[in-house]
Amino acid sequence: MPDRPLFLERASFRRRRLGDAARVLPVVSALLVLLPVWWMPRLISFAAGAAWFFGLWAALILAVWALHRALLRAEAVTLRAEAAVVEAARERAAAQAAETGDTAARDSHGAF
Amino acid sequence: MPFETLVAGCLAYVALMFAVAFAADRAAERGRVRWLDHPLVYTLSLSVYCSAWTFYGAVGYATRSGLEFATIYLGPTIVCTGAWWGLRRLVRVARMHHVTSIADLISARFGKSNPLAALITLIAVIAATPYIALQLKSVRLSFEVFATETPQGAAPGGAFGGIGLWVAAGLALFTILFGTRNLAADERHHGVVTAIALEAVVKLLAFLALGVFVVWGLAEGPADMLDRIARAGRDPELAEGWLLRPDRWTALILVSAAALVTLPRMFQVMVVEAADEERLHVAGWAFPAYLFAMSLFVLPITVMGRELLPADANPDLFVLTLPAAAGQNLLAFLVFLGGFSAATSMVVVCAIALATMISNHWIVPGWLALRRRPAGEETEDLRGLVLNARRLAIIAVVGAGWVYHEASGGGAALASMGLVAFTGMAQVLPTMLGGLLWRGANRRGAYAGFGTGFALWLALIFLPSIGIGALPPLPERVDPLAFSIFLSLSLNTLVFIGVSIFGFPDPVERLQGLSFVSAVEPIRHSRMTRGEDRAEPLLAMARRVWGADPALRFFQAEAAQQGKSGYLPDLTPNFLTRLERRLAGSIGAATAHAMIDRVAGGVALTVSDLLQVADEAQRAKEEAQRLESATTELARTATQLREANDKLTALSVQKDAFLGQISHELRTPMTSVRAFSEILMTPDLSDEERARFAKIIHDEAGRLTRLLDDLLDLSVLESGRAQLTVTAANLHDLIGRALSAASATRPERSFTVERDMPSEHLPVITDADRLLQVLINVISNSRKYCDSDRPVLRIRARRSEQGGAQIDIIDNGSGIDASRQSLIFEKFARLNDPARAGGAGLGLAICREIMAVLGGDITYLPGQGGAAFRIELPRRPPAGAAQTHS
Amino acid sequence: MVLDILMIEDEPNIAEAVRFILGRDGWQLQLHADGLGGIEAIRQARPRLVILDLMLPHRSGAEILADLRSDPDAALAATPVLMLTARGQTPELAAQADAVLGKPFANDDLRAQVRRMLA
Repeated sequence: MPDRPLFLERASFRRRRLGDAARVLPVVSALLVLLPVWWMPRLISFAAGAAWFFGLWAALILAVWALHRALLRAEAVTLRAEAAVVEAARERAAAQAAETGDTAARDSHGAF
Repeated sequence: MPFETLVAGCLAYVALMFAVAFAADRAAERGRVRWLDHPLVYTLSLSVYCSAWTFYGAVGYATRSGLEFATIYLGPTIVCTGAWWGLRRLVRVARMHHVTSIADLISARFGKSNPLAALITLIAVIAATPYIALQLKSVRLSFEVFATETPQGAAPGGAFGGIGLWVAAGLALFTILFGTRNLAADERHHGVVTAIALEAVVKLLAFLALGVFVVWGLAEGPADMLDRIARAGRDPELAEGWLLRPDRWTALILVSAAALVTLPRMFQVMVVEAADEERLHVAGWAFPAYLFAMSLFVLPITVMGRELLPADANPDLFVLTLPAAAGQNLLAFLVFLGGFSAATSMVVVCAIALATMISNHWIVPGWLALRRRPAGEETEDLRGLVLNARRLAIIAVVGAGWVYHEASGGGAALASMGLVAFTGMAQVLPTMLGGLLWRGANRRGAYAGFGTGFALWLALIFLPSIGIGALPPLPERVDPLAFSIFLSLSLNTLVFIGVSIFGFPDPVERLQGLSFVSAVEPIRHSRMTRGEDRAEPLLAMARRVWGADPALRFFQAEAAQQGKSGYLPDLTPNFLTRLERRLAGSIGAATAHAMIDRVAGGVALTVSDLLQVADEAQRAKEEAQRLESATTELARTATQLREANDKLTALSVQKDAFLGQISHELRTPMTSVRAFSEILMTPDLSDEERARFAKIIHDEAGRLTRLLDDLLDLSVLESGRAQLTVTAANLHDLIGRALSAASATRPERSFTVERDMPSEHLPVITDADRLLQVLINVISNSRKYCDSDRPVLRIRARRSEQGGAQIDIIDNGSGIDASRQSLIFEKFARLNDPARAGGAGLGLAICREIMAVLGGDITYLPGQGGAAFRIELPRRPPAGAAQTHS
Repeated sequence: MVLDILMIEDEPNIAEAVRFILGRDGWQLQLHADGLGGIEAIRQARPRLVILDLMLPHRSGAEILADLRSDPDAALAATPVLMLTARGQTPELAAQADAVLGKPFANDDLRAQVRRMLA
């Protein structure tokens, strides 16, 4: 489709990549919590471990917060872009209908 | 701090909780749920995860096992990082099916099977009882410590023996008051949730205040604190226990992650009490932040407790004894309130969740199975039964916790009970995940897998924890708890998958599986409806569960959506599916399914339904949905047109009938008048005969006048030229006047009139005479037509939501057939017996016109066990009506 | 004693008027006030003439008339019927009934009609 707006492509692309990130995040966080204990329990068990886990924890909280904000924004942008595309398509259809003088076509559009 | 002051402060706090819960419930009743629905309130209510076990026990746990305590908080944090696609999905699917508990979710997914839900309820009850006992114990211990102020924790004194009982009784009372107030179609408890959110704030503030005091008051800031932690780690006495073990670490994180979604109380606050999945956008980061804040100061408190308190002090009580020993009485009291909050909120939510499960999966199905009677004869109020079952279950659950607490004597066995409960409910996880993610999962697999996990949990974890039986000897390096967790969960999963692969689900199960896995609306399956007129019995059934008004509201909304007026929608598959899900929200999926089966006929799955299953995956596409909404719109318009057309046809027939009727009604008295006046003209009559015949002529002339008055009245009303005399009047007086005026109709019949006097005292601004006319008419109709041996007339008045008044007038006769309900407000649509009517059959038509002029409405209410009319009055008559103010 | 007239009419005042008018002419008249059981009343009383109101509760005059005409007892089925109607003359009723009288009627018309039918 030649005249399909580019920003819809970009918006939905961004949204899908953020969705991927949302899927990966729990896996990454589980690994970051589990692996150090599997590899070096002796090192991670005391003060250094406390610093690591609480630092990781704070980072995860921030990550979830940022991810949800970005995802909500991306969804809003995609919805707006989709609405714009639908609107453009409707206008084109209306213009065509007016050209051919076929008002019935427009009426049936209106019914939906 | 003296014991009396402590008790007084505690009671004041409890009173505050009752007040908050009460206020929140009131606000919700008035529809002001905006701040109650705030995502932060939701997030705070999730903190019921932090029970007294974590509030007091985390420090004790850290003393013994170092950083391992953090697993209990890290597991849920990992789950929350998947909030976007994991928890949101769970909440959406559960809300879609109006799920009431974790057991209900599983039962709904696996073909609405009640035995499965009953089994899950069983494990939940077994796991929760010691856990509740643990909360009671923590409250009792904290009382003891506090009141005696010895850092060692006092020996159990006689003065505190009753505390457990008092706390249990108070909690049961609170839960019954605010947890079983109503049986709404969605199981939300605003009062409870709000009180718990407040308790969560107290918990957090208490713990943070203590942490700040410990780090900056007792130690010299964060750097010093880290030094001290490092030094404690080098202490050989601690180092052995503090060394993290990979197997335990993994198992505990797994189990606590599972606990977030499987513990009955967590499911209750996270899924059941959630209005929608949007609030997880906030909770997704805010809840881990809460957990973070609750655990940040655990290690500092542990270290300082060990440094400052005597060696024999109970580490489980460091949070209390540390500030107390430092002379910070107010801080200690705050911490005490925090612990008290943690214990009480856990018990309250747990009791609500378990009571819902027990009543929906044990008591109500049992009751219905015992009283298997034909559908038509069921008149008992199910709502009362369900609510009482819940109240009983709450008392039983809290009572069992108290009994366990007394019986175990508060021994050491309690300490591990939190983990025992976690591991028990974790056995639900494979079934739940499988059900949500894998369409191949089926009921047999669920039974087998869950049963295996349940049995292993009982044998390996639960029974040993209460001192019965023991684990088989394990190699030195294998941790018994981690071993039991891995063994039970992995066998559970393997058996579940294995049996599912070889099983074949029944059609209902496949439809449900599809809906759960693809998170689309459940498929509407057709039922073999038994006959045409099942809408009214269904309404009667819904009334038994929800009460009259919510049932009527739901049915009216459904009818309106189909483009129909009135209260009886067509029994489309769509409507039946929605009704079933709403009922499931009150009594569980399995019971709702069974009850609708009994009233409306069983599910008929056709080949096309099954074909639908095959290509359902594409169905959820946006385009289809858009088309669907267009189709629905078209269908609605079509229904409206059809109804309008039917009405027009009927009207034209009625117009002819109307003219014929008028002719008849006018000619009948005329005949008597003419015949007797001709007789009077003959000379040979006695005086007595003359007088009698003259009286007949007089009466019949009066009847003619009344008829003409009625016709005139009707035409004035219909043309909109009616003059209203608008005054303020008391509805109570009007009803009283109407009753005495109507008692002239068939005075030989004695009616029992049930009124609710206090609620009738409503001021109404309207034309009082016109309203009185309507009331007299409706009540007279009841007196004429109610065919009960012991006629009872019920009158209910209340303020309507829009600020007007609503009056229901209900008798206990046989009511009006569904087929005639739409006709009774038409002119001359007199029902069964014209001779008894005396009037011309214009009464209800005039009533309808009057109510239209007054800006209100009069409707027939089906399914009330008799003829029932609802008169609705607006706050004041519409501005357009012709009015003369007096 | 043979009954002259059975009247089925639900309006008590009209019934009273007819009873008075015809009673003065010497006819024996019995009254039934409901459409329900109307046909049984006719079978029991075996009158020489039936005066039937068209608009009756429960069972209309036309239905009772149809019941009567289809009665297996041929003599009973042939009983003359005078139909009283308030709804204007209806030809299909005239075919079934022997005579139709519209309400309101002149008393002399009623007397003449009855006399004719019982002659």
